[in-house]
Amino acid sequence: MINIQEVQETNQMVREENLDVRTITIGISLLSCIDENRERLTSKIYDRITETAKDLSRTAETIEKEFGIPIVNRRISCTPAALIGAAACRSIEDFVEIAKTMDRAAAAVGVNLIGGYSALVSKGMTQADELLIRSLPAALSETERVCSSVNVAESRTGINMDAVRLCGETILQVAEKSKDESGAACMKLVIFCNAPDDNPFMAGAFHGVTEADAIINVGVSGPGVVKTALSRVRGESFEVLCETIKKTAFKVTRVGQAVAGEASRLLNIPFGIVDLSLAPTPAIGDSVADILCEIGLECPGAPGTTAALALLNDQVKKGGVMASSYVGGLSGAFIPVSEDQGMIDAAARGAITLEKLEAMTAVCSVGLDMIAIPGDTEASSISGMIADEMAIGMVNHKTTAVRLIPAIGKKVGDTVEFGGLFGRAPVMGVNLCSCRAFVERKGRIPAPIHSFKN
Amino acid sequence: MNESKKKAIITVVGKDTVGIIARICTYLAENKINILDISQTIVQDYFNMMMIADLTGKEKPFSELQDDLRKVGEEIGVEVHCQKSEIFEMMHRI
Repeated sequence: MINIQEVQETNQMVREENLDVRTITIGISLLSCIDENRERLTSKIYDRITETAKDLSRTAETIEKEFGIPIVNRRISCTPAALIGAAACRSIEDFVEIAKTMDRAAAAVGVNLIGGYSALVSKGMTQADELLIRSLPAALSETERVCSSVNVAESRTGINMDAVRLCGETILQVAEKSKDESGAACMKLVIFCNAPDDNPFMAGAFHGVTEADAIINVGVSGPGVVKTALSRVRGESFEVLCETIKKTAFKVTRVGQAVAGEASRLLNIPFGIVDLSLAPTPAIGDSVADILCEIGLECPGAPGTTAALALLNDQVKKGGVMASSYVGGLSGAFIPVSEDQGMIDAAARGAITLEKLEAMTAVCSVGLDMIAIPGDTEASSISGMIADEMAIGMVNHKTTAVRLIPAIGKKVGDTVEFGGLFGRAPVMGVNLCSCRAFVERKGRIPAPIHSFKN
Repeated sequence: MNESKKKAIITVVGKDTVGIIARICTYLAENKINILDISQTIVQDYFNMMMIADLTGKEKPFSELQDDLRKVGEEIGVEVHCQKSEIFEMMHRI
């Protein structure tokens, strides 16, 4: 039987170390909504989302209370809209209507973010894909809850540089459109390589075409729990360090598995996956950067950061994999700059640079995430940064992503405030040398060779 | 249904005073809830108790029990939480 120490340990994790379930996300297939009439299409999309997710908020509250574990977000991911809208949408405005429909549907069921206003273009863009990407400045600034992602590269297909170029220009336009809110709309746009079909975390979540009609995916999180556990083994060997991370990750993930199972039962929707990611928030004590410090770095960005992060990421997976029957999504340590107080501090004191962050993304999930850059950065330079990150993902067979926020009117050293869970971001310097001639080449970068690994 | 789904863990934390266990147990008895195990510690005058309760015979919905127990706790100045035991078993048992 459970003993008092175990009960106290669990409750302390929740009350003092910010253990929570970060999100319950319902993935909803919209394939059955496809119609060549735009009005019929949007009305079917609205009905399908509101019908499938109508009990999501209430169920999450019930589970929260029964288990005594906070469930921070309830979210929805949909089939990429470029596929759903292809038959009906002839213009940018048609696509924006889909975004607005998703926005209304999410509001109706009490969900704060809905993902899947997405296009999968790793090899080529259809006309619909291109229209969707070009609709993003309007779609993201005229809606509140809609999140978008564009998958521009895959290890099997290479990098679609035409899409990368278009995305660089689009990110700048999105920033310009929402400059009054410090470019907040850019937080809702992720550019991916090897995007997973079952990611429950926003802004990059979408419901892949390989998935069932509806599915429950759960993302857990507990950077504070890992940090507290590590504070008890200061100065110990790597073996002890790694064991501690694994055991903690196991416990944290078990919570996710329990919640996912219960949500699946109550909502009568099959359980998909638990995502093992360590996702920080700006709250004190909820920071991945603090774990790196606990491992032995003065500050993220110090020499050794990449190795420490690689170790952390791997041990989290090793501990988490046994705790859940199905693991998926992104499952790694997130290092979003603006959402992690330790990373914000490191960036503000100049300890961490874009180049170091890029190196870190080679060994962890997920990429250059929530980074503010000067508003006068050239579109081609943004495309170049995307291409670099995509290359890391493509060659290493991992998911990488870029979520940059060009801060219009701001320069290096300024700070952008987003508020709430999104935190604040010091504007980081981008290398000023041009890559325009590289980015302007047409076509795609071929897929890498899969043998001769060195 | 899984055995653990019928069990709840009740925790009580607060300043030690006369009759804490009595009050909680009375409430549970009135609601036909059997107590399977009790353990407690007192650290620096702070009372820490954990009970494992069998909910098989309960008549009220779980959320009502939670609210009632919280109120009982408020009356005697302690914090009472009631959670389904699954979450602890998942975390601490393979």
